[in-house]
Amino acid sequence: MSDLNKVMIEKYRTSFLREVEANVEEGEWVKMCMQCGVCAGSCPLGKHWDHPPQEIFMMIRAGKRDEVLTSDSMWMCTSCYNCIARCPRGLPITHIMHGLAVYSKRLGLAPQKQPTAEFSQIFWDNLMKKGRVNELKLGLSLYFKDGFGQGVKNAMANQKLGQNMMKAKRMNPMEFFGGHGVKDTSGLQKMIKKAQEIEDAKVQGKG
Amino acid sequence: MGIQLNEIPDWNCCGASIGYGGGGELPRLALSARNIALSEEHNPGQQIVATCAACWLATREAKERLHDDQQMFKDANAALAEAGLMYKGQAEVRHMVEVLVDDIGFDALKAKVKKPLEGLKIAGYVGCQTNRPFGIAGESFENPMYLDNIVESVGAESIRTYEKKVQCCGGALAFSEPEKSQEMIHGIIEAAYDNGADLITTPCPLCQANVEIYQDQINEKFGTKFNMPVVYYSQLLDVAFGRSAADAALNGQIIKAKKLEDIANK
Repeated sequence: MSDLNKVMIEKYRTSFLREVEANVEEGEWVKMCMQCGVCAGSCPLGKHWDHPPQEIFMMIRAGKRDEVLTSDSMWMCTSCYNCIARCPRGLPITHIMHGLAVYSKRLGLAPQKQPTAEFSQIFWDNLMKKGRVNELKLGLSLYFKDGFGQGVKNAMANQKLGQNMMKAKRMNPMEFFGGHGVKDTSGLQKMIKKAQEIEDAKVQGKG
Repeated sequence: MGIQLNEIPDWNCCGASIGYGGGGELPRLALSARNIALSEEHNPGQQIVATCAACWLATREAKERLHDDQQMFKDANAALAEAGLMYKGQAEVRHMVEVLVDDIGFDALKAKVKKPLEGLKIAGYVGCQTNRPFGIAGESFENPMYLDNIVESVGAESIRTYEKKVQCCGGALAFSEPEKSQEMIHGIIEAAYDNGADLITTPCPLCQANVEIYQDQINEKFGTKFNMPVVYYSQLLDVAFGRSAADAALNGQIIKAKKLEDIANK
């Protein structure tokens, strides 16, 4: 168990809801859910969630900390914003789901090898190198995330797609050797480092 | 159109809708705040206009969050100071569709048409993020009509009742969860065929890619024979306003938009 997880269990022993309100993006909205289920019925990937948002909200209030934070459900969010558009109480559900996913990852509780959790990190790391995404390397990192053998298999399975994209000049093979980026890479990286420090301090109650 | 677009100097990626999982809240917001701050510094008094649905959404969302949450505003500026920048949050953030629909208007678009797209039947696929949560003023989230109106302004026939108009294509999950996403994309294309569409058009760059480029894989999985062209809405405007197929980037299609090319080459 991660140290931060232990600290949080100790600190919020009596209320998981309070823990979510204090540490999860837009978490203070959770208590406003009235359990109508419109979000559950509106989600395009609804059938793939173990617990739709409405259930997650009630589980948070019921103190089901482990079940919520180890769930794969939040990672099903495609950011379509259908739930936000339709929620009669105006809860920013998309952001709460993103916030719960990130918080569970920070505590080391997110499911291992969850593909969207992995892809999201690959995307962010790629972006952090130069301030703009290198799409060729993004694709390759995703294919090769589980090692070389699986990577070659994935790349072969998507070979025609890659060739199509290059033929249509929508992907540039030269991106492999560099690719575009911002000029002020160091400024951008310092800015992000500072932002991460502020956010870490907030979650650890030092902010 | 009498509008000049100026690039934001040294703009960075906004993190799109998937960066949250790596970046969390403040680092993600700082990315968009940097773009806004650069624009406020170098293009003062100008609106920020995004052509990408996710860029628009992330930038506008960051602006709202930093406006509503004073602590977050201070924190974002503490981060930006490391790059020698300051965020004020005064620039208006808009989508190109808003410029075309609200500032220019359908009648003015119609007046510019040199080659009406006659004989083309088009499914206007709006998708998610151009439509929710902000959307285009006065339009419904469930059945927005502006894309149909654009299609009709350039002389094509629109399928106003296209039932997959605001269906999600999977977005970034097309990469991480291809099975789940391609099932949704299958439905989007199937409904276009059922309605007799010659092609699909969309205002979202990721929708364009997701709905076009996986058709081979979808055909293999579902036993279909999909070969439905999907174009970005500006490509329709290009052709209708008399620009060449190359200028309209029709050579960038993986599934050729043959009928649209024929009109461009007329």
